[in-house]
Amino acid sequence: MLKFLTRSRGFKRFDWTDWLSYLYLSVGLFTMFAPILWLVMSSLKTESALSQFPPTFLPYTQKTVQVAGFDKPLPLFMTRDDQGVQRPMAQVRRIGIMATMVDPARPEAPIQVNINDRKPVNELKFAFANYTELFGKFNFGLYLWNSVFITVVATLLTLLINSMAAFALSKYKFQGQKTVFVLIIATLMIPPTIVLVPVFLVINSVGLLNSLWGVILPAIATPTGVFLLRQYMLTIPDELLEAARMDNASEWRIYWKIVLPLSAPALAVLAIFSVMWRWNDFLLPLIVLSRSEFFTLQLALNSFQGELNTQWNYLLAMTVITLVPITLVFAFLQKYITTGIASAGVK
Amino acid sequence: MAVFLRLLALFFNLFEPLFRWGQRLLGNSRIGWLFVGPNLLIFGLFTFLPIIINLSYAMTGGVNLMPLQRPYTGTENFEILLECRNYFDIQTCRKDVFWRAIFNTVKFSLIQVVLMVLLSLLTALVLNRKIIGRGFWRGVYFYPVLLSPVVVALIWKWLLQNQGVFNALLVGAGAAPVNWLTDAGWAFFWTIFVSIWAHMGFYTLILLAGLQAIPKDMYEAAEMDAASPWRVLRRITLPLLMPNLIVVMVLAMIRAVQIFDEVFVLTGGGPGSATTFIVQFIYQTGFAEQIHLYGLAAAASLVLALGLMLLTFAQLRLTRAEQAGQKAR
Repeated sequence: MLKFLTRSRGFKRFDWTDWLSYLYLSVGLFTMFAPILWLVMSSLKTESALSQFPPTFLPYTQKTVQVAGFDKPLPLFMTRDDQGVQRPMAQVRRIGIMATMVDPARPEAPIQVNINDRKPVNELKFAFANYTELFGKFNFGLYLWNSVFITVVATLLTLLINSMAAFALSKYKFQGQKTVFVLIIATLMIPPTIVLVPVFLVINSVGLLNSLWGVILPAIATPTGVFLLRQYMLTIPDELLEAARMDNASEWRIYWKIVLPLSAPALAVLAIFSVMWRWNDFLLPLIVLSRSEFFTLQLALNSFQGELNTQWNYLLAMTVITLVPITLVFAFLQKYITTGIASAGVK
Repeated sequence: MAVFLRLLALFFNLFEPLFRWGQRLLGNSRIGWLFVGPNLLIFGLFTFLPIIINLSYAMTGGVNLMPLQRPYTGTENFEILLECRNYFDIQTCRKDVFWRAIFNTVKFSLIQVVLMVLLSLLTALVLNRKIIGRGFWRGVYFYPVLLSPVVVALIWKWLLQNQGVFNALLVGAGAAPVNWLTDAGWAFFWTIFVSIWAHMGFYTLILLAGLQAIPKDMYEAAEMDAASPWRVLRRITLPLLMPNLIVVMVLAMIRAVQIFDEVFVLTGGGPGSATTFIVQFIYQTGFAEQIHLYGLAAAASLVLALGLMLLTFAQLRLTRAEQAGQKAR
């Protein structure tokens, strides 16, 4: 065990400590992804399949048949009579332990069957309707739009004003510069939860309650972003700026034509963070957006799961859609995210 | 793409005259203020101003949102929060939910941080070995970190519900089903488990970066001396990893004290107040209940701020002691 923990890399043999490592990692793989896989599979089940206990992994659902003389499709069962002959039959109604059933081929002759003598006929059916019906039934498109709007606009504004501040703090010397830098970094120490009540007052006073801007504006100035960009911009040589000034470029031009393009890697890291922060944000939207037409996906999920008769099939589909964008970002940008976080130590 | 770039250029060019004018007005030495201006405005409005208003809220009562229309009550809010007839019995406190929330938060933070640090350390040590596909495995542990707290809570709520897969496994094994989220003890356990599940990858990443920064010749020298693996861990790996370990502990602690989103969706603070933590108390007092007691919520958030300040202070002391220790070594 100890060997397993301490031994560093560089060993040629594949011994038991390696087996133990891969076992540990595999357990981790299962623990991390099995819940998500289960969620995705469940989201493809129909409402009736979801209420079955014990649940199955694959979305099995009971087969139904259209029988002449009945408006609705009837559930199909495999029945066994006294001689042990099996026959597929559709159930018309059930009273107590007896069910009235008909042969789909001969609907005119219903018979009584004990419910212990029949078994439901299941088929594999992916209920994609859970996803498509979201848009018609629940204003889901609106929630999605709110989330996308907040994420995109807030991220663009975050990049703009934080890079401006970082530019001033790294490329100029002006009175009070140190104080400004210390003030901005000090806000790292003030978690948003502590000023929740007065932030609510400020948002209310400037008339941004129940407005998407009330969620966007308070969070666009981030100490993390300023710090990250400033450290990066310090590495840009000042000679470049001087050369541009010789050519009579204005300071604003220097900022957006020279410094901004050169800071692209740091901007990319901040953009990824900002998308994550805004897309997943919960507490601020929770107090600012109380009317359902302004709900973000997170808020919609929360209010939806709190309802008395939660329709899990839609809720699960909604959850899956909410985690798709983040998953895509992760799949394509994994390297940047992990190295960015490891170097900056921020989330 | 070309259209997008042209739009972007147009957008940035719009600011040009404004800044030229500002430069003429302020002079070259103070142009920097123009660039930090927007940032400072946002910070001032949504961070610094609120800090001051928070103090005024904490010392005033009533249900009015406007600070100037609120009657001054001095320390009454703090008295309501902190007063108990008998400090050994939570039942006798005026706001027993507040004390319960504090007690829960401390208990949660201690257990969660210890387990979180141990697990991420173990994972980082395993990932630091010669592993095929390290990037993939690192990603496996990191993926849940990116998920939103609401999504994380819903995933687990679905697994843990009475008809869920956990109970199906129990029933399949012949045991009786358990009310995972409505039994006080189990609900508390799952809040800890789920928060570790969701955040562990982040700390693993920091520790792994620390482990990979340890010079390889240290280990080679230890191997020459035929040092036992236990000694290598105690004398080389852990001491050199200490700065990262401290960062991880402090970050995990500060986060744990502020836990809200996941638990709010997963258990709603229940059953009863078994999983009600301090931030949820603030949210409920200030925003969720029929009467919005802003003063009480602000006072509670000041208590939270005090706690966080103590934690930060402890961190400074730890780092300093650690640095002194390194010099001595």
